[in-house]
Amino acid sequence: MIDGGLNSYHLQYLLFGALWTIGLSLIAFVGGGLAGGVIALCRVSPIKAVRWATVAWIQIIQGTPLLVVLFLCYFGLSIAGLELPAIVAASIAMIVYVSAYLGEIWRGCIESVPRTQWEAAECLALSRTQRMRLVVLPQAVRIATPPTVGFMVQIVKNTSLASIVGFIELVRAGQLINNSIFQPFTVYLLIAIVYFAMCYPLSVWSRKLEQRQQFGNNRGTATPSVTTA
Amino acid sequence: MKREDTMNLARDAAAQHSQPAASPAQPVVELKDVHKSFGSNQVLKGVSFAIPRGQVVAIIGKSGSGKSTALRCIDRLEIIDSGTINVCGHAVHDPAIDLRQLRQDVGIVFQSYNLFPHLTVEQNITLAPKAVKNLPAAKAREIAARTLQQVGLADKAQAYPELLSGGQQQRVAIARSLAMEPQVMLFDEVTSALDPQLTGEVLRVIEALAQGGMTMVLVTHEMEFAARVADTIIYMHEGKVWETGPGDMLKNPQTAELRDFLSHGL
Repeated sequence: MIDGGLNSYHLQYLLFGALWTIGLSLIAFVGGGLAGGVIALCRVSPIKAVRWATVAWIQIIQGTPLLVVLFLCYFGLSIAGLELPAIVAASIAMIVYVSAYLGEIWRGCIESVPRTQWEAAECLALSRTQRMRLVVLPQAVRIATPPTVGFMVQIVKNTSLASIVGFIELVRAGQLINNSIFQPFTVYLLIAIVYFAMCYPLSVWSRKLEQRQQFGNNRGTATPSVTTA
Repeated sequence: MKREDTMNLARDAAAQHSQPAASPAQPVVELKDVHKSFGSNQVLKGVSFAIPRGQVVAIIGKSGSGKSTALRCIDRLEIIDSGTINVCGHAVHDPAIDLRQLRQDVGIVFQSYNLFPHLTVEQNITLAPKAVKNLPAAKAREIAARTLQQVGLADKAQAYPELLSGGQQQRVAIARSLAMEPQVMLFDEVTSALDPQLTGEVLRVIEALAQGGMTMVLVTHEMEFAARVADTIIYMHEGKVWETGPGDMLKNPQTAELRDFLSHGL
């Protein structure tokens, strides 16, 4: 407003950045979710080689900083002759990262469906695919919802790394504004508030889902020890 | 394989005019010298018995006597080390067995019911007939209604399992198995998780099935029930068939072990 401080044009620019943060988060979640689903299924595959390849993928990605994956996609691939725009490189890096984590979270959910459910389905002559599709996955999805929503918080926050390869999302927009007005505290505080406003509802939602699930379990009498007349 | 084929031919010849398959002479379930170990723990040490069509066999014995393992081997939930098991013309010991064919002929009910919690009672029952036998939904629902009637739960079709009592859940599990129209039903301590009142309602259903001519194998701790319903009782002890006889054999045990089991084992 006065003295070249934060003005409405800056706020508009921040909003633009925030929209790209949301956009990149959605790309990462949808793309990473699809890939993660495949990875979770491969992780519990009856074929040993498939399982091992998936474990290797998960371990490599989880053992590598997302920043390095991002650099590999942006700088590494450009040296290999594939020059990608920042948004594409950032999307690929985020999808790779999300796939490894969601794949592992969902593997856990699939395996937490009791063994006896598999056995009961098997004894009804359902094929392996049918057991997975009709009996195990519907129960695993229910178990998976709270941790998945919780992980979305990580996705939103980690999109900030894309600023380093010049992709204009919330943090990069803030950096550019700060370069012109030199008010880092104001600018980054504002950015922190915007991130919080995006992430907090997600964590609340995740916690609610978790509570609802616990109540559901308490009400259930599926375990043989709990019987009512 | 060859032998099976000739047997099937003989059976077909004997049962002309679309009578139920298998002549009464051929047992529905036949175990011969079955051995099974878990690691170094020998659980079955040469178990043999045969169950003719329409017969009810109760297997009794202490925990660890191998009775549940023997039952699970019949449905190939455990794979035996040696010996042979034939069930409805399937060679269960053969690694090349078509498991889905075997399991369409064998129904099994577990101690812990194992209903699918995300499906209603009706969906629990119609799942396999639709997925495995490709029955249309309407036909599958008809079967569900009939089997629920059989177990006395016609009014619970739309309920979710978690809202039912243990006894009701177990009856749904029985209905779910019956819906596949198996040749033989296996019951693995199906009342052990239930209090006496709920046990009664489940046992009544099993008794009605027995009267309907269903071939059944019951692993049970309910001695009175076994004596009343079973055509044959098998007493297992330390991985072997120790004593076998008709229902009233429990009144007159021949071996010291069975006598001991009957007086202390309950």
